[in-house]
Amino acid sequence: MALACVQEGVPAFGSESDLPPREHALELLRQMLRIRRFEEKCAELYAAEKIRGFLHLYIGEEAVATGAISVLGPEDAVVATYREHGHALVRGVSAEALMAEMYGKVQGCCRGRGGSMHIFDAKTRVYGGNAIVGGGIPLAVGLSLADKMRGEPRVTACFFGEGAVAEGDFHESLNLAALWKLPILFCCENNLYAMGTALARSESETDLVLKAASYEIPAWPVDGMDVVAVERATRRAADAVRAGAGPYYLEYRTYRFRAHSMFDPELYRSKAEVEEWKKRDPIALFAARLRAARMLDDADLSTLEANVREEVERAVAFAESGTLEPVEDLARFVYSEVPA
Amino acid sequence: MNGAATATAMRTMTYREAVREAIRDALTRDERVFLMGEDVGHYGGCFAVTKGLLEEFGEERIRDTPLSESAFVGAGIGAAMAGMRPIVEIMTVNFSLLALDQIVNNAATILHMSGGQFNVPLVIRMTTGGGKQLAAQHSHSLEGWYAHIPGIKILTPATLEDARGMLWTALQDPDPVLIFENTLLYNMEGELPDDADAVDIDKARVRREGEHVSLITYGGSLFKTLEAARVLAEEGVEAEVVDLRTLRPLDNATILASVSRTRRAVVVDEGWRSGSISAEISARIMENAFWNLDAPVERVCSAEVPMPYARHLEQAALPQVDTIVAAARRTLGRAGGPDVDER
Repeated sequence: MALACVQEGVPAFGSESDLPPREHALELLRQMLRIRRFEEKCAELYAAEKIRGFLHLYIGEEAVATGAISVLGPEDAVVATYREHGHALVRGVSAEALMAEMYGKVQGCCRGRGGSMHIFDAKTRVYGGNAIVGGGIPLAVGLSLADKMRGEPRVTACFFGEGAVAEGDFHESLNLAALWKLPILFCCENNLYAMGTALARSESETDLVLKAASYEIPAWPVDGMDVVAVERATRRAADAVRAGAGPYYLEYRTYRFRAHSMFDPELYRSKAEVEEWKKRDPIALFAARLRAARMLDDADLSTLEANVREEVERAVAFAESGTLEPVEDLARFVYSEVPA
Repeated sequence: MNGAATATAMRTMTYREAVREAIRDALTRDERVFLMGEDVGHYGGCFAVTKGLLEEFGEERIRDTPLSESAFVGAGIGAAMAGMRPIVEIMTVNFSLLALDQIVNNAATILHMSGGQFNVPLVIRMTTGGGKQLAAQHSHSLEGWYAHIPGIKILTPATLEDARGMLWTALQDPDPVLIFENTLLYNMEGELPDDADAVDIDKARVRREGEHVSLITYGGSLFKTLEAARVLAEEGVEAEVVDLRTLRPLDNATILASVSRTRRAVVVDEGWRSGSISAEISARIMENAFWNLDAPVERVCSAEVPMPYARHLEQAALPQVDTIVAAARRTLGRAGGPDVDER
C-alpha cells in the first residue's frame, strides 16, 4: 500500500520548513512577487480591455508554482492548466512574451494564438496551458513515457486543479503512469473550488491523497501556502521520480484569493472565508518569516518590489509596442510547414 | 515503379497481413516507433492485425494498454511531442469517441495554438464501418466526421497497396494522422509486390476509368462501387471510379478533373448523409464545376439510423451495389429503378 503519508517513520511533507539560504530565499520571494504584481497588472489591463477572453488569476497560490518549479532542471517538462501565468513566469517564459501573448500580439510566446489559457514555450519545455480540465494529464503521461522509453532522467511536472480529480482523464492517467512506472510528478493544486463548486459538493471522498494512493502512487499533502514546504516536498518527490521510482503525487493545499475568472461574482463563498485565508498569504507569510530570521529588511523588500515593478512595466511596454500577426498568416501552423 | 524487364515477384496476402507488415516494417526501420492500444500485444489485436508483433518486438514497443482511450491517446500525443513516433490503435471508431477530447482539443490544436512551436507526429489507427452485425456501438463510419477537423489528416486505405504503404508515409508526417481501416476489408485477399513500399497520402486515385459518370468513394465502399461500375458497363455505361484515399485534405483536383470530364457524379459514402463528407464533396463540385455538370450530384449514403443488428436491416442501412447503380442511372436520365436511398 502506497499510503506513505501515514506510514510510520516517514515524515509528513510540509511539516518541516526550515528556511533555505538567504540568497535562495530571496529568489523564492522574488518569484512570488513577480507572479503577484504581474497578475495585478493583468487584472488592471483586463478592466482597460487590453486583455480579452478569459483571464484566470493565480493570486494566493504563488507558493505552489514557485516552490515546485524551482526544483526542476531545464531538461524537465511542465504541463499546466489555464491558470498558468505563474508557472510560465517561474519556468522562465519572459514577462514580455507572456504579456504580449495576452495582448494577442505576434511577439507573444504563441504569436497571440493561445492567449492567457494556452501558454506554450518550447525553449523552457512548457507544454501548455490547457483549458480543458484534466486535458493536459494524459499528454503529460506521454511526455514521461517518451522519457522512460529513451532512458532520459527527466521529470514531467503535471499541474492540475482539484476539480480535475473528478475527470476520467485523472483516473485513467494515474493508473497508466503507475502501471508503467513513468517518471511523472502529479501536482494537484487544491484551491478548494472547481470554479464555484466546493470540493465537498463534487467529491464523495475529499481526501485527494487517497485517490492517488489507491493507484499505488506515493502521495502526500503539502501546505501550499508555505513556499519552503512546497519546495522541500517537491524536491524529494522529484528526486525519487528522477531516480526511477515511478510517479509521485503531491496535493498542494492552497487558496485562490481572486475570483475564478474576471466574470465571477463569487456567490459561492463568503468574504469572511476569503479574508481568513488571506491571513495565510504566502508572500506576506514568507516575508514575515524572513524578517524574523533577519534575512529581509525594508530596503531589501523595496529593492525587490522596484525590480519586479520595472519588469512588469517593461512587459507592458513590450506588449503595447508589439504588432499584430498579419491576417494572411491565419492558416499558418494548422499543419507543419515542411521545408520544400 | 517496375519496368517491363524487371517484373517484381508478387505475393498473395490479406489486407490484415498488409497492415501487419506495414507496422512491422515501421518498427524495424525507426526505433522511435512503438505501438500501443487495447489488446494489441498478448491478445494479438482485436482483429488479429498485430498478432506476433509482441513476440518479435517485446513489451516496450508493443504496449497493451488499460481500457483508457483518453489516457493512451493523450499519452500518444505527449510521446509524439517529445520526439517519439507512436502508433496508437483504437479498436473501433465508436470507441475513439472516448478519446475525442484528446484528438480534437489537443492533437488537432496544439501546433496552431502554440504558434507553431509544438507539432504532434502521431498516427492513430482504428477500424470503421458496418456489415458484421455488430450493431450500433461498433459499426459506424465516423471518418467523415473527423474529416471536419482542421489540424489532423484522415486516411482511408481501401487497397492492399494502401494498407501496406500509407502507414510509413503517415509516420513521416509531422502532424497527427488518423487511419481508418474498414473491418470488412481485413480478410480481403490480393496480390502485393515483394518490394511494396510507402505510397503518397494526399492524392485520390482513379481505380477505373470511364467517360459517362464519376463514382466517388473511399474505404470499404470502393469494392461495392467497382462492382456497380461493372454492372453499369453491361448496360453500356462506362463509370469512372475515384478512390479518395484521403478525406482530409481532399484531393480537389482529381475529383474535379473527373467530374468535369464525365459531367456527372455520384458520391458513395458509408457515413450518414446529413453533414457528411459526401455533402462536402457535393458542395465542392457545385462550387467549382457547376457549369460542367449535366445532372445534379447524387449521393448514396447510409440510412440515417443507428446501425441495426439484424442482417437484413443492416444491409438495408448500408450503401449497396444496386443503390449505387440506381443513382448512377438517375444522373444519366435513365430509369433508376426504385430510389431506395432515403433523401
